[in-house]
Amino acid sequence: MKRLLGFYIFSFITLVLPILFPDNYYVTVVGLTVLINISLAVSLNLLMGYAGQISLGHAAFFGLGAYSSAIFTIKYGFSPWTAITFGLLIVFLLSYILSRPILKLKGHYLAMATLGLGIIVHIFFVQADEITGGPDGISGLPTLSIFGFPIDTDLKWYFVFALFMLITVLLSLNIADSRAGRALSAVHGSEIAAQMMGIDTAKVKSRIFVFSALIACIAGSLFAHQQNFVSPESFSFFFSIELVTMVVLGGLGSTFGAVVGAFILSILPELLIVFEDFEVLIFGAILMVIMIFLPEGLFVAIKNKIAYLAFKRYQKEVANATS
Amino acid sequence: MDQLLQFFISGLTVGSIYALVALGFSIIYNASDVVNFAQGEFVMIGAMSAIFMLKAGIPYPLAIFLAILTSATVGLCLEKFAIEPAKRATVVTTIIITIGASIFLRGAALLIWGKDIYGLPPFTDNTPIHIGRATMLPQNLWVMLGTAFLVIVVKYFFDKTRVGKAILACSYNKKAAYLVGINVKTMLLIAYGLSAALGAVAGVLIAPITFMTYGAGVMLGLKGFCAAILGGMGNSMGAVLGGVILGIVETVGAGFISSGYKDAIAFFVILLVLFFKPSGILGKGEVERV
Repeated sequence: MKRLLGFYIFSFITLVLPILFPDNYYVTVVGLTVLINISLAVSLNLLMGYAGQISLGHAAFFGLGAYSSAIFTIKYGFSPWTAITFGLLIVFLLSYILSRPILKLKGHYLAMATLGLGIIVHIFFVQADEITGGPDGISGLPTLSIFGFPIDTDLKWYFVFALFMLITVLLSLNIADSRAGRALSAVHGSEIAAQMMGIDTAKVKSRIFVFSALIACIAGSLFAHQQNFVSPESFSFFFSIELVTMVVLGGLGSTFGAVVGAFILSILPELLIVFEDFEVLIFGAILMVIMIFLPEGLFVAIKNKIAYLAFKRYQKEVANATS
Repeated sequence: MDQLLQFFISGLTVGSIYALVALGFSIIYNASDVVNFAQGEFVMIGAMSAIFMLKAGIPYPLAIFLAILTSATVGLCLEKFAIEPAKRATVVTTIIITIGASIFLRGAALLIWGKDIYGLPPFTDNTPIHIGRATMLPQNLWVMLGTAFLVIVVKYFFDKTRVGKAILACSYNKKAAYLVGINVKTMLLIAYGLSAALGAVAGVLIAPITFMTYGAGVMLGLKGFCAAILGGMGNSMGAVLGGVILGIVETVGAGFISSGYKDAIAFFVILLVLFFKPSGILGKGEVERV
């Protein structure tokens, strides 16, 4: 109970918000973006934060999920769930085949390779217009139904996205506290040391890469059905960079750090709209300032501060009790 | 054959620009271990300020000079106000800081220069030169020769001059450099200024051939990063080689296969190279210390 206390409080807040404010723009419109971004950031954090493998191409898997849903339902007439399964299969094969050669690379070379992968996939979305509809994308996706219930309003979508996001967060928290999670942090610390402990590092890295790609893929399918529309813009390398920024901004290696980072970066543009032309400038400045002064990430820095204050108080109490 | 020559000429032109950007990347990386994602913004700032100074009636050569100075100043400020204060930052964090800086600079450019597309007039009379059946504009020649000249100057600077050697010393070991009396902070500033100036030159050279907007720096910076990685991160001459190869692969790919897929072809080639040689063409394999 105590280990997951934060998760229960977080789930409660997420699920109560739409009940309290069912018509609020920030809940049912911005909220959907926030939820999907949280799922993506948390999945990327599995790879970046836990295993220490940077990826600048996460949006590619998100896009492949979305496009699979669009293409298989509209062009080939499959049901939405079959299309999602096909998407998962494609992403599984692609990420599995690529994982070993890509994750053999380290540091900046890995960043470069994942960036390249993301850009190649994006160019495919733009250029292969007989399949992907080109720059215009594909519109008119059918409604997704879950056990016969059609998901046809933003409020219903909120609950679907929220559920998916909460499952992702729960998985991420549990992986961190499992044998696999400890193997991952060993790889993060030092690959050679991890190998000495008997960890098959290539396998561990490859597994988490595939897993995080699959989560992004499902997120993509859900996103496509909710939007009713896919276009290459949503899956460009800018979005991959944005996802990395979310993870680092909140605090690399912390699931709730990714949650906080995703929340801030999704909400911030909405709030900055009032500055009009200055929006981009201020966004860049905020990003820089946070990272310069809190390099460990916003959430992790605050958490450490609270732990530090609690420790100080405890020290004081002990001092008072003994004197 | 003539077609190949034509592609080679355009490839070498684009490649020269990538080479300059990549050179800037590797100078900053060497001096401070920072992968500077704002590198492309230096190119954009150089080109845009030259364009607007020329518009304001400043003579062309002076406008170019001032534009390079502007960009170098931005580079110095980046080091002073964003990289230096971030003492506790890890590699990933500094990447995000430079991404923030690039967004900030793009935002500033948007405010100052707006969204319109601009170009520069060619440096000299622009009657095409014919080589066989291939043609070349004098501006292409300017780009290639300008790049070659700068590469030689940079190489001379790092190999022969005291300041250049001092910067290299900082890149090997900051503490040791400090102990032998090198002012590490100043060296970092010089590295950033130099790198930004190189970016600005790249911008000014290419602006008469392609067009410039406030957002043009992103793709150029990205290609420069690819070139630097392709050549072997931290190896200056590798960066130049990487840039030239990238430029040629891209144009040949665009010409023979499909222009829409030209970036995909370039990245595909880079991925292949990395799969077989994980530390770039001229990069030395890294030894992990346990």
